[in-house]
Amino acid sequence: MIAAPEIDLISLAPVLVLSVFTMLVMLIDLFVGKNKSVLVFVALTGLLLAAVSSFAKTDWPVSSFGGSYVVDHMSVFFTMIFCLSSGLAILLSVDYNKRENIRVGEYYSLIMFCTVGMIILASSTDLIMIFLGIEIVSLCLYVLAGIRRGDTRSNEAALKYFLLGAFATGFLLYGMTLLYGATGTTKLAGIAEALSHAEVLSQPILVMGVVLLIAGFGFKVASVPFHMWTPDVYQGAPTPVTAFMAVGPKAAAFAAFFRVFTTAMPELAPTWEVLLSIIAVTTMFVGNLGAIMQTNIKRLLAYSSISHAGYILIAIIAKGSLATSALLFYMLSYTFMTFGAFSIVILLGRAGKENLELEDYSGLGFKAPLLGLAMSVFLLSLGGLPPLAGFVAKFYIFQAALNEGYVILVVLAVLNSAISLYYYLKVIVFMYMKEPKGDFQISLTPITLIIIIIGLIGTVQLGLFPGPVISLAHP
Amino acid sequence: MLESYTGAAILLLIATAIAVGMVVATTILGPKRQFADKMEPFECGESQLVSPYQRFSVKFYLVAVLFILFDIEAVFLFPWAILYKKLGLFGLIEMMVFLLILGVGLMYVWIRGGLDWE
Amino acid sequence: MVPLTHYLIFSAVLFSIGVLGVLIRRNAIVVFMCVEIMLNAVNVSLIAFDRYLNQHDGQIFSFMVMCVAAAEVSVGLAIVIALFRNKATVNLDEINLMKW
Repeated sequence: MIAAPEIDLISLAPVLVLSVFTMLVMLIDLFVGKNKSVLVFVALTGLLLAAVSSFAKTDWPVSSFGGSYVVDHMSVFFTMIFCLSSGLAILLSVDYNKRENIRVGEYYSLIMFCTVGMIILASSTDLIMIFLGIEIVSLCLYVLAGIRRGDTRSNEAALKYFLLGAFATGFLLYGMTLLYGATGTTKLAGIAEALSHAEVLSQPILVMGVVLLIAGFGFKVASVPFHMWTPDVYQGAPTPVTAFMAVGPKAAAFAAFFRVFTTAMPELAPTWEVLLSIIAVTTMFVGNLGAIMQTNIKRLLAYSSISHAGYILIAIIAKGSLATSALLFYMLSYTFMTFGAFSIVILLGRAGKENLELEDYSGLGFKAPLLGLAMSVFLLSLGGLPPLAGFVAKFYIFQAALNEGYVILVVLAVLNSAISLYYYLKVIVFMYMKEPKGDFQISLTPITLIIIIIGLIGTVQLGLFPGPVISLAHP
Repeated sequence: MLESYTGAAILLLIATAIAVGMVVATTILGPKRQFADKMEPFECGESQLVSPYQRFSVKFYLVAVLFILFDIEAVFLFPWAILYKKLGLFGLIEMMVFLLILGVGLMYVWIRGGLDWE
Repeated sequence: MVPLTHYLIFSAVLFSIGVLGVLIRRNAIVVFMCVEIMLNAVNVSLIAFDRYLNQHDGQIFSFMVMCVAAAEVSVGLAIVIALFRNKATVNLDEINLMKW
């Protein structure tokens, strides 16, 4: 009567490998003494093996567990991005955690558990699995945001993120339930199939479900009007966690967003396209105009990440295979630029004084010319200036949208790109045109240097020679 | 007809044995230190005659949360128990893996001192 | 038999109570309880749909929701306690170090 779905552990390999290594990190943490550097090795090994093991299946797309899980081009590419971003986040935290006295055992295992959730999120084709993936990611992030227990800002960030996140989860869940009720299945392929019948398509609860889903996902990717948490959480969370949050979990949420809307609901596209277009445009404007007013670098980057969510939403609206590859390319280049920028933000801080105001960047350009140059490259790339990665990434998304005929959307996005340059240049003006306020005490450690170099190589390489990666990103 | 109740009877016996066994075992094995708090009608660690608006120790919270976490996981054991025969060895192994993962969590809590009262 | 709509309306009302609670109440713990009401409202619809579609997916889904809710409780209460240790308040209006 009850047939167990076919079990295909090989396609689950990255999730399993990473889970085992996460538990190893937890257990090793209990038994090693003061020196925790072995944990970094175990964690990075786990991430590397997870990235490798995602190639265990090569005849993409492989659907398993009765159509709940899929290994395809998109999920493998996203798995790479997640492993990369989590690896960078762990490396970025090594010095920071020492400086701020954060217990590293839980910290690394939470980042890795979060990665497990992200991989599930990008590979699931079932609403139940997507819900679980989102919750694994969110729960880890709530804790990570508040991991500096003694710091009131960190507590506040965690509480705000948690309450709003749980609230949004409620909406997401209700949307999923209505979708399930209307179509009678939780599998994305099954939903698409059911929606091809006119009598299913005409149900009113379906529209309600779609709207609630957009609200839920919109919160997770920080799009307007569900963006209020972003600046506060980004500011209050420990900086490496902020960098991590801006990249990995956001990419994962976009992966699920993209998959749910393009594979399960192409029939409903006329309904959600309009809604998403409005959200995308307002997200870009609110993000960019909000960023102009900021004086704190972390809040500035938070608003900038909101505006980037707006650009990426255009990829979802555009649908199609070109949009898929544009989304993948964007997320990869965004990883490099964001981690690069945040690594410099961390570098300028020191114990007890984080130096997060734009004023603190005055004169960085002369005092530490190479750091100033690197920061400028990252910021200009975020602003989308050629020949850097950010430009190519935006270009591909806009092209995908133009191919589908969304001219007005692209015009507004380009306009926003121009606005965004204003505040990125403002930081650069501070770095090069203002007198330094005090002495910079920068202690550049090899690990941070490696991250900055990885970020620079990625940003420049993807900007100058995007060809190979584009062809990888193309299904 | 009566045979169909054999299972229920065995369950009843085992349940009774466990309950009685626990009481007997604690009576025999447990340390016996008698002090004022302990001699009260309800022995729960808090005195009974206090204002209801009083705050109580955060230690209760920690234990309660850990209890909820491990307790709610039992929800997955019930479907498995009902379908135990149909799922067979595969189900057993899956469930053991699940319990092993929970065990790792418990071990972490234990060694980190989450279960210490003082 | 009670028709499906009754359950759905009940669940929608419960969900709305939860949403209103989150928006109106200012005590972090109460807000948090309202979120739990929302999740349970969803569970009601899940089970109702499951029963009327004669399937099992909805039941499995609601199991997952219950577990996630339990995990959320523990994380949420831990966060509230960590905040309370530093600020001695759970009133959301007083938790305002960061704005705009």
